[in-house]
Amino acid sequence: MIEVRNVYKTFYSRHKVEALVDVTMRVTRGEVVTIIGPSGSGKSTLLRCLNHLETIDRGEIVIDGIPLTDSRTNINAVRAEVGMVFQSFNLFPHMTVLGNVTIAQTKVRKRSRDQAEEIAMTLLQKVGIPEKARSYPSQLSGGQQQRVAIARALAMQPKIMLFDEPTSALDPEMIGEVLDVMKTLAREGMTICAVTHEMGFAREVCDRVVFMDEGRIVEVGTPGKIFDSPDHERTKAFLAQIL
Amino acid sequence: MGSLKDLLHNPRFRHAASWTALVVILAGLVAGTFHTTKRVDYIWRWEQIPRYVLFKDSRVVEAEDDATVVALDVAGGDTVIVVKDYLDMESYYEVPSDLVNVAVGQEITRGQVLAQWERWKPGLLLQGLVLTLEISVLSIALGIFIGLFTGLARLSKSPAPKWLAIGYIELIRGTPLLVQIYIFYFFVGQVFRLSNFMAGVLALSVFAGAYVAEIFRAGIQSIHRGQMEAARSLGMSYALAMRYIILPQAFKRILPPLAGQFISLIKDSSLVGVIALVELTRAGREIGTSTINYFEVFFTVAALYLILTFSLSMLVQFLERRFAVSD
Ligand SMILES: Nc1ncnc2c1ncn2[C@@H]1O[C@H](COP(=O)(O)OP(=O)(O)O)[C@@H](O)[C@H]1O
Ligand SMILES: [Mg+2]
Repeated sequence: MIEVRNVYKTFYSRHKVEALVDVTMRVTRGEVVTIIGPSGSGKSTLLRCLNHLETIDRGEIVIDGIPLTDSRTNINAVRAEVGMVFQSFNLFPHMTVLGNVTIAQTKVRKRSRDQAEEIAMTLLQKVGIPEKARSYPSQLSGGQQQRVAIARALAMQPKIMLFDEPTSALDPEMIGEVLDVMKTLAREGMTICAVTHEMGFAREVCDRVVFMDEGRIVEVGTPGKIFDSPDHERTKAFLAQIL
Repeated sequence: MGSLKDLLHNPRFRHAASWTALVVILAGLVAGTFHTTKRVDYIWRWEQIPRYVLFKDSRVVEAEDDATVVALDVAGGDTVIVVKDYLDMESYYEVPSDLVNVAVGQEITRGQVLAQWERWKPGLLLQGLVLTLEISVLSIALGIFIGLFTGLARLSKSPAPKWLAIGYIELIRGTPLLVQIYIFYFFVGQVFRLSNFMAGVLALSVFAGAYVAEIFRAGIQSIHRGQMEAARSLGMSYALAMRYIILPQAFKRILPPLAGQFISLIKDSSLVGVIALVELTRAGREIGTSTINYFEVFFTVAALYLILTFSLSMLVQFLERRFAVSD
């Protein structure tokens, strides 16, 4: 489903930053993969490359059989198949919750308004806030906003969902409600690539954990393996820090 | 003395004192103006002014000779009465259609009243105001259009649109509007055979467009880039994301600077008087020349500009309140 081969990405801002160095990874259909690693290790960059929000310098990324690096690929079509949830929600503040969840359906998927609203309401039901359909994002709590963001991504009926630290901007009491939604998706067979340090999520529903450091994938394994008996010193040091 | 100190620190006393000061200052200004004009022996004749806003046009059309009506040609709201005298010479009388009281074939005699009417007509000032309004509205609309696309081009990563936009913006902002108006009139106007009106409107639009472009650019850049990324990650194209996600949010933020720009544009439109467009300021100058009542004329002109700019401010405030619902 996701194929990442020998990907390099370097940023040249003030300093040269090698955000991704020779990253190779593969996620099969229905698999749930968690990416962990210290801040600045390239986790977000990797996810953003999967959605072509960043272009890569070298290597190859293939999403559902379509190479992102090919200039003939219609990036918008690929993106419509890949849902993304951001740390800072990024809801559209000038639209109601319903507007947020229907806009891409009507403009990209060309669904009728009625059909889009019906799908939106089903999804809002699924994430547990159908009563907020007519509210504006600013009237919602962080947890509610993130659940709307998930519904917005799901409305495109994507084949893959990417989560970039979806709970790290949330107050502790709201983390659970977002993780519950993610777990439900995982159990339903969605292909998921999530950057999160919520060990509960990783242990409960995740098939593999990827540990990244300094732009490289250091270690990959089952949650049990990575959390309980990692091979690398750096993994151990990192886990000791966050647990 | 404690009580005086208390009084001076009493907020209600201070508030009242401040209002009193305002009234005294305003009264002083009026008195000062009055006194100054006394010193230059100026004779105020405000009664001259109203007829330059609206005047009563009274006309009597009389037949100049004995003749026969041969035709009635309707043109717009007016009718041309065509008559022939005994030498078969044609003459014409133009009268409002609803006042025609002769028929084809009818004989008319010298001195006969063909029509008599009194109509309210806009005076030079009102005509100037209307022209200023027309020029401003058109230039604002065109300026928004030019500014939006230049702003987007300015933000483009591709060099051609970006540098063309930068060049245009710098060129316009670095030269006086008056010079631009002359260039549009003498050069562009000649080459493309533009009317004075079109040359004026284009000069003002191109001028406003450069400033509006910078306002749009700043507004778009002020929207968090997560908004664009979220839209693109849903599969929206750049154009769709701009249209439905970024611009609506940016528009709300740029409304105040945009309004300021357009208030300037209304005032700057006074410069197109130099290319023989009798807009408000030029109308004022012409009336001033013929009446030498410059003081009254230009106070009136200023008040008329204020009406335009103040209405625009009110409209923008209304729009801002309408857009504020989602925060
Ligand atoms: N747009 C950018 N411009 C310059 N440097 C960037 C940019 N995005 C990320 N980086 C740098 O790339 C490195 C990896 O960042 P990121 O992928 O966000 O790490 P993580 O998500 O693991 O914290 C960091 O050193 C960061 O400063
Ligand atoms: Mg990150």
